Amino acid sequence: MSILVDKNTKVICQGFTGKQGTFHSEQALAYGTKLVGGVTPGRGGDQHLGLPVFDTCHDAVKATGATASMIYVPAAYAADAILEAADAGIKIIACITEGIPVLDMLKVKAALQGTGVRLIGPNCPGIITPGECKIGIMPGHIHKPGSIGIVSRSGTLTYEAVKQTTDIGLGQSTCVGIGGDPIHGMSFIDCLELFEADRQTKAIVMVGEIGGTAEEEAAEYIKAHVRKPVVGYIAGVTAPPGKRMGHAGAIISGGKGTAKDKFAALEAAGVVTVRSPAEIGARMKEIFAG
Amino acid sequence: MNLHEYQSKQLFSQYGIPVPRGVVARSAEEAAAAADQLGGSVWVVKAQVHAGGRGKAGGVKVVKSKEEVIQVTQSLLGRNLVTHQTDAKGVPINAVMVEQGLNIARELYLSALVDRASKRVVFMGSAAGGMDIEEVAATTPEKIITIRVNPVAGLQPYQGRQMAFALGLEGKQVGQMVKLMQALYQLFLDKDLSLVEINPLIVTGDGDLLALDAKINVDDNALGVGRQPEIAAMRDITQEDETEVKAAEHNLNYITLDGNIGCMVNGAGLAMATMDVIKLHGGDPANFLDVGGGATKERVTEAFKLILSSPKVEGILVNIFGGIVRCDMIAEGIIAAVKEVGVKVPVVVRLEGTNVERGKALLAESGLNLIPADNLTDAAQKVVAAVSK
Repeated sequence: MSILVDKNTKVICQGFTGKQGTFHSEQALAYGTKLVGGVTPGRGGDQHLGLPVFDTCHDAVKATGATASMIYVPAAYAADAILEAADAGIKIIACITEGIPVLDMLKVKAALQGTGVRLIGPNCPGIITPGECKIGIMPGHIHKPGSIGIVSRSGTLTYEAVKQTTDIGLGQSTCVGIGGDPIHGMSFIDCLELFEADRQTKAIVMVGEIGGTAEEEAAEYIKAHVRKPVVGYIAGVTAPPGKRMGHAGAIISGGKGTAKDKFAALEAAGVVTVRSPAEIGARMKEIFAG
Repeated sequence: MNLHEYQSKQLFSQYGIPVPRGVVARSAEEAAAAADQLGGSVWVVKAQVHAGGRGKAGGVKVVKSKEEVIQVTQSLLGRNLVTHQTDAKGVPINAVMVEQGLNIARELYLSALVDRASKRVVFMGSAAGGMDIEEVAATTPEKIITIRVNPVAGLQPYQGRQMAFALGLEGKQVGQMVKLMQALYQLFLDKDLSLVEINPLIVTGDGDLLALDAKINVDDNALGVGRQPEIAAMRDITQEDETEVKAAEHNLNYITLDGNIGCMVNGAGLAMATMDVIKLHGGDPANFLDVGGGATKERVTEAFKLILSSPKVEGILVNIFGGIVRCDMIAEGIIAAVKEVGVKVPVVVRLEGTNVERGKALLAESGLNLIPADNLTDAAQKVVAAVSK
């Protein structure tokens, strides 16, 4: 078991023949992902990386039976790509693209409501079930099949958590990068719910950052519903208020969403917190040592 | 991106949102001509800068003669305005706005922004206008009226009435509020705004609603995809941090801070975490810098130049989680950049990812003042030790 994707998940790539799409599709294939084709409007009927190219998502789904998509379409067209995938019946959509206008994402969120689509991202590393399915830009080799579920708002910080849980021998069930944008798809809570229900997952790492109140909401959820151990880290203790720290999401305003508040909320929910991401692995090891 | 008050008011006018009559002036002569053009006997001279708190900082003056208009304009233009929202240097005043003086019966607050929690555009209103709204939100949140807009249906007239009645408006003001909010919402959508704020929104002596001030923030992503060329042309880089502007030209994400340890990291989250860990070990970061996914030699070189443009920097921490990029390539990039830029301060390098051993070996063999570190904690301790020598 794992969450959302596994070795049987049929994946297509939107923006397949572009530079990013090509590179990361090659990586995904090398990792063993069941990539079955891709979409580039106007290139339907071509072959790319030995796989069929389709004009539309509908064509791709009809021909391949794909249920997941990874999107490397430029920011100006990414919202359109997400909605096309959803309309074609794709259920897991990982949108890697960064820089999508906020108002586009507002529309996407409203349109996806009630469709049952799981949107991962945008502006995220994607999702990986180690040894089975890699949909995204994360380095496959640092992962190892195992028992830790990882959910994170930040790309490279996810890699930190992955590397450390690999180094201590526990490995990962599935890792989800939910993305740093203010309006995004799956939330911490969505992932926590799935990890709690997943038999392979024995403990969870949650990596948050300043801005918004998603971590506080997650803490409430953990308190009420999560019995598995959770190790939490929040980036941005030293970030000055009102400054945008790269991720559009990482901005503190009106005194809300500070790292201090988030740490406090997580601790009140029984989460084991670390003040440095370098300690994630060590604390997880302690938890398993009992 | 921020707009100036006068630019925001131009947009308001285009959308039928009432604003005071006003003219932009870039010299005392222009200001005097503006006063003549506006007529009347009372004017307000307002410094045009990208910062709130102008009034308290002396950037807004009510004047009652043309001589005073000239005098105040002269005293403002060419100097920097320091407010509680700027750093100690302040922001340069290159233009003022001369506006007609008005009778004010009431001061209200109205804003619209993208609310990430509800995933909606949200309007916020308060009867306590003119004040520091963050203060109102913190101390008396019940005095803030919130209205969420369904993105499919759009802002409905009843929502405008809700706001109007909650703010104690009456008679013709209710209809004016409905119209004003709908115009504001349309402007928000058309121009990809992330924030529009009217503080204060006034009821004039004649009982009409009017936007006395205007603040607009535009979504940088929308500008990034090039769909707002008219708005993009309104950018005033004199109001922005010079180093941050230069960084953006190289697609680097840079923010100046007060400490002495320069940071170069890939990924925004990891960059924030690196700053946190430096602080945790008693150091003080000089900047936030995300070099992005592809840490190429060119980007690393530009990043070093940026970091070293601050005379405060006494040491640098490079923290790169290679991911798909190979560490030996990154190491070569760092070595070439350090040589080219002529870095004199100690540089602690923490590399992780593919070929990390080869990368570390290259750093060690380079003969440069590069201190390898094994993990983030180790790196932070080493750079803090290096700058406190």
